[in-house]
Amino acid sequence: MLTREDIIKEENLVYKRTSLLTPKALSYCPGCGHGTVHRLIMEVVEEMGIQAETIGIAPVGCSVLAYEFLEVDMQQAAHGRAPAVATGVKRVMPEKYVFTYQGDGDLAAIGTAETIHACNRGENISIFFVNNGIYGMTGGQMAPTTLPGMKASTCPYGRDVKMMGNPLKITELVAQLPGVRYVTRQAVHTPSAVRKAKKAIRIAFENQKLDKGLSFVEFVSNCNSGWKMTPVQSNVWMEENMFPFYPLGDIKLPVE
Amino acid sequence: MAKVKGTLVIDIERCKGCEICIGACPASVLSMSKLVNKKGYRYAVEVTEGCTGCVNCAIVCPDGAISVYRVKTNE
Repeated sequence: MLTREDIIKEENLVYKRTSLLTPKALSYCPGCGHGTVHRLIMEVVEEMGIQAETIGIAPVGCSVLAYEFLEVDMQQAAHGRAPAVATGVKRVMPEKYVFTYQGDGDLAAIGTAETIHACNRGENISIFFVNNGIYGMTGGQMAPTTLPGMKASTCPYGRDVKMMGNPLKITELVAQLPGVRYVTRQAVHTPSAVRKAKKAIRIAFENQKLDKGLSFVEFVSNCNSGWKMTPVQSNVWMEENMFPFYPLGDIKLPVE
Repeated sequence: MAKVKGTLVIDIERCKGCEICIGACPASVLSMSKLVNKKGYRYAVEVTEGCTGCVNCAIVCPDGAISVYRVKTNE
């Protein structure tokens, strides 16, 4: 009979946390999708063997401390300006793999102009966009992506579309732009979703080799602190409420 | 027929007790501890036999707290 000790041997290891994440404990709340997306990006970087050639742009928001956790070169950008900084970095060093890692408040509100114009110019970068429908870091305020009727600290009775406007589907918006090569929407709440999301990240990095336009990957994620739910409840709520409005799947695929 | 047997090593100080791994496990081998770690979170523990080393728990763990080992056996 095999004991636990017989199985726990180096040659039997099938999965462990990638060494491209720093040993620090992630600063995210329990169950937050950010941690999973961080890990998937670093797993793809490890598999492609491009650690020394990758430059990440960390924006403002919950992901502001990404440079503490990702073991690649990172540059901090002003709020929303990550695609503009990434444009500069990529144009100076076109052989590097450049990605931005942004939340919805950063990419779809303060940085709308930078996002749209970087996409429209077709910069050869990858944008990873984590959409949790709320400003998580600053205390759960309403974001452009907050769903109609969804409660947030600045709309405690739910988002009233008449007064506060409609939620913004920025991913569908950028998919219309000719400079964008690949647009997809993924999630990281179940094992199958995680596997698909990782493939999407891989495609986004591979596209940089081709120099044929920008890759945009959205991750619909939970914000259990902001939504005032447990992590498991927030994932169920996300499936029931976020996915009908933000359906998962590829939105734009390269035309060969 | 060869069977697959797996086991998990959970970094309990890294675990934040979000319980997402528990729902992801097809063999239901995970449960939450009664004790807490240094940060005060209850953590995931492997409580029953039957792990197949499918890595589902490890890939959904936001904190990367789970390592998975797997062997083929004829038992």
